[in-house]
Amino acid sequence: MMSPSGRRGAQSYGTTTHLLRRMHLDPQLMAGLLVVLALGMFVLFSASGNDADLLVGHVARIGLAALVMVVVAQINIAWMRRVAPWVYFAGLAMLALVLAIGDVGGGAQRWLDIGVRFQPSELMKLAVPAMLAWLLHDRALPPSLLLTAGMLLLIAAPVGMIALQPDLGTAILIGLTGAAVIFLAGIGIRYIVAATAMAFAAMPLLWYLMHPYQKQRVLTLLDPEKDPLGAGYHIIQSKIAIGSGGIFGKGWLNGSQGQLEFLPERSTDFIFAVIGEEFGFIGVTLLLLLYLLIIARGFVIAAAAQDTFSRLLAGSISVTFFFYVFVNTAMVTGLLPVVGVPLPLVSAGGTSMVTLLAGFGILMSVQTHRKLLPR
Amino acid sequence: MDYTRQIKDHWREQRLFTRRIIACSVIAVLLSGTVLTRLAILQLVNAEYYAAQSQGNRIRVQPLPPARGLIFDRNQNILAENTPSYQLEVTPEQVPDLEDTLTRLESSGLIKSESTGRIRNLIASKRRFDSIPIRQGMSDDEVARFAVLRPYFPGVEIRARLARYYPYGNIAAHALGYVSGISAADQEMLDPAEYAGSAYIGKVAVERAFEPDLHGLPGHQDVLVNVRGRMMQVLDTELAVPGRDLILSLDINAQMTAEAELEGRRGAVVAIDPSNGEILVFASAPGFDPNGFIRGLSREEFRTLQNDADQPLFNRALRGAYPPGSTIKPMLALAGLEQNSSLATQRVYCRGYYSLPGNPHRYRDWKPEGHGLINLHDAVAQSCDTYFYEMANELGIDIISRTLMDFGLGTSTDIDIGPESNGLVPTREWKRRNFSAPEDQIWFPGETVITGIGQGYLLATPLQLAHATATIAARGKRFRPSMVQGIRDPMTGAIAQRQPRELTPVHVSNASNWDQIVSAMEAVITDPRGTARAIGMDAPWSIAGKSGTAQVFSVAQNETYNKEELAERMRDHALFVAFAPVEEPRIAVAVIVENGGSGSGVAGPVARKVLDTYLGGAAL
Repeated sequence: MMSPSGRRGAQSYGTTTHLLRRMHLDPQLMAGLLVVLALGMFVLFSASGNDADLLVGHVARIGLAALVMVVVAQINIAWMRRVAPWVYFAGLAMLALVLAIGDVGGGAQRWLDIGVRFQPSELMKLAVPAMLAWLLHDRALPPSLLLTAGMLLLIAAPVGMIALQPDLGTAILIGLTGAAVIFLAGIGIRYIVAATAMAFAAMPLLWYLMHPYQKQRVLTLLDPEKDPLGAGYHIIQSKIAIGSGGIFGKGWLNGSQGQLEFLPERSTDFIFAVIGEEFGFIGVTLLLLLYLLIIARGFVIAAAAQDTFSRLLAGSISVTFFFYVFVNTAMVTGLLPVVGVPLPLVSAGGTSMVTLLAGFGILMSVQTHRKLLPR
Repeated sequence: MDYTRQIKDHWREQRLFTRRIIACSVIAVLLSGTVLTRLAILQLVNAEYYAAQSQGNRIRVQPLPPARGLIFDRNQNILAENTPSYQLEVTPEQVPDLEDTLTRLESSGLIKSESTGRIRNLIASKRRFDSIPIRQGMSDDEVARFAVLRPYFPGVEIRARLARYYPYGNIAAHALGYVSGISAADQEMLDPAEYAGSAYIGKVAVERAFEPDLHGLPGHQDVLVNVRGRMMQVLDTELAVPGRDLILSLDINAQMTAEAELEGRRGAVVAIDPSNGEILVFASAPGFDPNGFIRGLSREEFRTLQNDADQPLFNRALRGAYPPGSTIKPMLALAGLEQNSSLATQRVYCRGYYSLPGNPHRYRDWKPEGHGLINLHDAVAQSCDTYFYEMANELGIDIISRTLMDFGLGTSTDIDIGPESNGLVPTREWKRRNFSAPEDQIWFPGETVITGIGQGYLLATPLQLAHATATIAARGKRFRPSMVQGIRDPMTGAIAQRQPRELTPVHVSNASNWDQIVSAMEAVITDPRGTARAIGMDAPWSIAGKSGTAQVFSVAQNETYNKEELAERMRDHALFVAFAPVEEPRIAVAVIVENGGSGSGVAGPVARKVLDTYLGGAAL
């Protein structure tokens, strides 16, 4: 375990590191994020079919997201804890509003037009764990069963509304984030086993509630060849792209699957397949390692956090980031059904970049606003 | 809510949290390991399989159809060419509103209202990025009209494609044949790789027989395509090898003369160069316009062609088998000379009919009052039937049939645009094999008698008659009739001449026998009593010929027959064979006019005009 960096004193770091510290930014996390973001730009340029405009838009979003991250990092975690319930319920209200009047984008109501188009579900990715952490912050852990039931309700409300939009990918991720908080809070293993068993039992019900296209995705996962030009097309083409990359890949801008548009959603959800095709097994392994390093840093920050709220929030954000990476890569390689989850920090598009970096801003705030307590 | 709040044990809670974080780390590593394993299976174990899949995804091989070889006549007149034909093509994915576009095209008169249903089906059957032809053979006026409207029709284009075109239309249609869409039957015969991208295939005659030369070899383009099949980049191009050009021995002017003469009749004209067997004229009437098959005949048009009582699609020159009538008399005369028949050297008295010894049946002469005392020369010139009845009886069927076969009758001439009809030269053997009743299997002497004037079972095609006439003109030398003189490689321009192929000659023991025959045939035209004296008038070259009038309908004994009373189709076939100049023959011709009546009166003038056009060139 690394010793808390604050204790070593500023003089042991370089001037850049010193500057970052004073700006409440974490150097290790920054390094990891910057490397992945930079690699992501190269990949995205290729994956978009050399679309410079798209890349410019992507860089602009990264700029905005980075700004949000820096701002969030300045906010003291204690203040965040105080506003957490307000943000949560405001988000819930907006979700209800989206269902009532939201814009339709990509066949689903996800957007709220408030000057800028905005997805309330993205806000909930941070608001849900913050709310749960707030609930637990001055209580003795592990939480009681009653408290756990209350938390499940707080999770279920936004997840249900998001699933209705319908946006199954985000709903699942928020559900998993909430579950991560409960797990990190130390709930007994027997409850986890019981919940898992219940989840399996609930599957038929879930199946019944799923949209036809969602059912199709699950069926397609089980047998993609059955519908090669329809629902199975994504998975087949993605597997061809990754597999044909081999060990070293076809080289940047040389992946035929991606460049010739055989790969659907190549610049968004399926960008991992482009990486696999152009950079091969070596490339995807390195990328996964980079992600794991970022996650490891997140876990270290969470473990070193000084209060329950910081700890749970930082831990669940890190776990969620891992879920992102895992669900996306597993889906693109055909291990999981195709749920619309982008590859974090690399996929083009939307609010998710802002949410992601805002989450890392929270991690940095947790790391840098600690009181210098002697251990 | 939980009011009996426990005291927070910070140290214990932190240890619990750290354990959970470690658990999360382990789970993360395990799940990442699962993904990595999956990646290893895809990229390391099955890499080759997926690499092959991705190759197949991106490269398409597009055929480049070759340009079909051109066809020329012997004087470099072009008989079949490829012309750009303008067609309207629509690419559905580029059309904002297909229905609206079709409606507007229809109202502007560019597509016919009755074809819109077919067009909709066609579009539905193709891919959205395909360019689909919806209207072929646009006129210049229509092209101009569309050019003005073009901005209002996104996704609709005019494209020039090569289509076969026969500039002479009907002329020589039976010699050239035509090309048409590749049928299911064609598909089974051909190598699909060679016809990838080809829309047409030769159907009959030259276009069919020389299909391998004319078609050429397709090239191909390896193109990089995107997922919609749209071409992104051409990786490799192998150009098509155009088909070879054919130079026919046909003389289009003589051909046009022949067809003009046959206009409104049923019949055939075949002319051959006796010195090498080259076909000069090959006409069969009525004909058809082969351009119609390129355009695509409507069901209605095709039915009309097929059901026409005159059978315009039937190649009479090649497959029409007719009784040759008196046109075989010179060959029989030659046989008589060769056999040293007593008849060949003495005169016979013709009283207008012939009877076999001990049989009252009268075989009539065409001249009821008879020709009187007549020798071989005059018997040919005046076409005395009685003389040849007697000659036939003396020679016997075996010698007659062998002689006719020596001249190529009764067997395939092996012309290069077959298949042809073999005609029929009857023999005892043939009769035995082809009749079921034993009493019919015997050869009767009476049958020999009528074979002597080219009636009875005897059948010959116009091609065979022209070939036999050419053989007489060449004094026994025989050549395989050939339509194609040379084959030109369009890449190098080199012409491969097709050498004349000599067939077994007609052997004579005494060369002067030919002189006697030829002189008798010349007398047909020059002698004051020659049957065809009328056609020799003012001829700038010496002509030898023989008329023939073949009975289609037998007249009963003791009946005179009245031409007027017979239905047109019961009338005799008119035949005429001739060659010229006699001294050094350059052309031998056979003419048949179905139900034409008199050979010398109807078929003779046709032969004369064809000879004149060919020998006189364009001047006449």
